[in-house]
Amino acid sequence: MYTIWIIAKRELATFFDSLIAYMILVLFLGFSGFFTWLYGNDIFLVGQTNLRVFFNIASWTLFFFIPAITMKMLAEEKKTGTLELLLTKAVTNRQLIIGKFLGSLLLVCIALVATLPYVITLANIGNLDNGGTLCGYLGLFLMSVTYTAIGIFASSITNNQIVAFMFALFIGLFFHIIFGVLANNFTGAIGQLFDTLNVQSHFESVSRGVIDSKNIVYFLSVTVLGLFLAERTLVQRHLSK
Amino acid sequence: MNIQIENLTKTYGPQIAVNDISFNVKTGEVLGFLGPNGAGKSTTMKMITGYIGLENGDVKIGGTSIKEEPDDIKKHIGYLPENNPLYLEMPVIDYLQFCAAIQGLNNSKTNNRIKEMIGLCGLNREKHKKIGELSKGYRQRVGIAQAMIHDPEVLILDEPTTGLDPNQIIEIRKLIRDLGKEKTVILSTHILPEVEATCDRILIINKGNIVADGTADTLRKQAEGNEVLHVCIEDEKPEIILESLNKLDTIKEVGFINKDNNLFELQSSVNESSRRSVFDLCVQKKWALTQLTPLETKLEDIFRNLTLN
Repeated sequence: MYTIWIIAKRELATFFDSLIAYMILVLFLGFSGFFTWLYGNDIFLVGQTNLRVFFNIASWTLFFFIPAITMKMLAEEKKTGTLELLLTKAVTNRQLIIGKFLGSLLLVCIALVATLPYVITLANIGNLDNGGTLCGYLGLFLMSVTYTAIGIFASSITNNQIVAFMFALFIGLFFHIIFGVLANNFTGAIGQLFDTLNVQSHFESVSRGVIDSKNIVYFLSVTVLGLFLAERTLVQRHLSK
Repeated sequence: MNIQIENLTKTYGPQIAVNDISFNVKTGEVLGFLGPNGAGKSTTMKMITGYIGLENGDVKIGGTSIKEEPDDIKKHIGYLPENNPLYLEMPVIDYLQFCAAIQGLNNSKTNNRIKEMIGLCGLNREKHKKIGELSKGYRQRVGIAQAMIHDPEVLILDEPTTGLDPNQIIEIRKLIRDLGKEKTVILSTHILPEVEATCDRILIINKGNIVADGTADTLRKQAEGNEVLHVCIEDEKPEIILESLNKLDTIKEVGFINKDNNLFELQSSVNESSRRSVFDLCVQKKWALTQLTPLETKLEDIFRNLTLN
């Protein structure tokens, strides 16, 4: 456990040392803030004291930003050879994967925490539904957990960061859009299946406050699957090519 | 902790990188691992350190198989991979702290070890710089420092002295020698004098097979065969000297190296030395013997003989 924390801490420190963290934070807050408060279907247009608009925008922003955070996680280590350095120390494949996962997730969480002023502002304007807001954040968090795991997997299969980014987006696209579209086009069991696979429908039900155990199970199982596949990919190096 | 390598094999597709090699390294021994490029040195080292899996055979460190307890064994190994990969964006001190923490060193010990390593590897002036800002030689020192930070019992060093300046090379060689008194060290290198200066034993591999194993002296004896001398004798015509030398029974062959300087090369018969007889001949004839150099087979020649085929 301690080893995982050491790795996660180093990742986070590297983000803040190399300005990537600040870039991500500024862009995330910029995008979500702009569309929440200033432009398009913003809060003032909707005219309700809830953060629905923000949660919707943030889910899209995170969809693009999380792959950007996770893309270098293993791809860069592979490219520079530091993976060999790490894995010949007292670190198991699993510890490394979970450490990297936690490191990325922490940065996402920092970005989410940085949006708390939105909540405070809104609470001062009107009567904010605390439970609803909390559920919205929970939904964003669970979605981030899932996409981070997918991103880590995408980063594990290549030593090129661009490929890792594109691949993470490609997988994410299925969960974020394509399964939803398919669910609408099919009826019966198949439609049901695609609806179950669709991140959006789970995200919406959680952020609406309808938290079912099946939502939690869904997010966690995709996460575990992503991390498991990433670990398997690392283990692959033991096999002869 | 001793290292036992048993029937280690690794293939990459149709290419056999390491072919059924076995050897032991005892505690307190420095083993020099030699071989031409692509001989399988790094692959073997990667298998010993557990980075790539064993296809066949076994690696036992301190009697424990790396297959059974990989994570426990890794704590006892210090490894410097080839090309010395490092986190370039980290400052030297932070990096060493990270390495110590990940190897399970506790905090009170860590700071002392880091100070020690920085002193030992001559990193004091660079310790707050980012690794990416350092020159190749300094990066190599950081690589050596991270390998030794947790005071491992087994050190595996893949070309430890590349990129270092001559002074530093001597210091690092001395360091390796000192460490080798209590620890088990395997180092690979292309620099042959380095092997003689640091290693107790030499292992030469070629195309995945062990072609020589022994101390520098035993290897030399095996490769040497007959004694070869360079001799310079003055005060007489070279032809007459050549004739007299030819008559000595310990000598198999004599030839000129340089006729004008009276310089000869002579080869003794099997298991004979002609140093005494040459000297006696000169005393008898009252010639001046101005040079008598026994020619040692150089490690370079042994290496070339064994690996060129």
